[in-house]
Amino acid sequence: MVIEIIQIVGLGLVATFLALIIKEQKPTFAFMLVVFVGCVIFLFLVDQISEIIRMLERIAVNANVNMIYVETILKIIGIAYIAEFGAQITKDAGQGAIASKIELAGKILILAMAIPILTVIIETIINLIP
Amino acid sequence: MGVDVNIIFQIAGVGIVVAFLHTILDQMGKKEYAQWVTLLGFIYILFMVATIVEDLFQKIKSVFLFQG
Repeated sequence: MVIEIIQIVGLGLVATFLALIIKEQKPTFAFMLVVFVGCVIFLFLVDQISEIIRMLERIAVNANVNMIYVETILKIIGIAYIAEFGAQITKDAGQGAIASKIELAGKILILAMAIPILTVIIETIINLIP
Repeated sequence: MGVDVNIIFQIAGVGIVVAFLHTILDQMGKKEYAQWVTLLGFIYILFMVATIVEDLFQKIKSVFLFQG
């Protein structure tokens, strides 16, 4: 893990210097470079996240949790991940308005995905009331 | 790292070469050719970036169980 964080930081530094050099000549190319490096880092993090998720799934199977809930939670994490990526990229390109719309879309989609869980919770509470 | 890091240098190199060609063609008075060179360089880089973005999305789909 220590070597990998050094790799990521080195990658970021190299990309930053290259982007600084190109930005004077062609800003769009510098932006493409930044998008590419963002993708590389996120791809790298996805591998780590998938290991964490495998562990969570194993624990959930051992604890006899209903898999539908775990899948919903995983999908919510995925939506948050991809929305964060898109929002940061668009913000880097100077489009703060689109970035905030992407974040809003992420929040609303997460809320929509959580509807089944919320329904179950509310039904349970209603059943508890005598 | 699973991804080829050389592509970063490739993108930066294409950017510098395209800027150079743009300046030279501009000095020679061929504005249209300069625009075309910029556009082609941009498309080339866009292709590489789009490939890796697609890769990332597929991986996120497979990791976070989005199939269905």
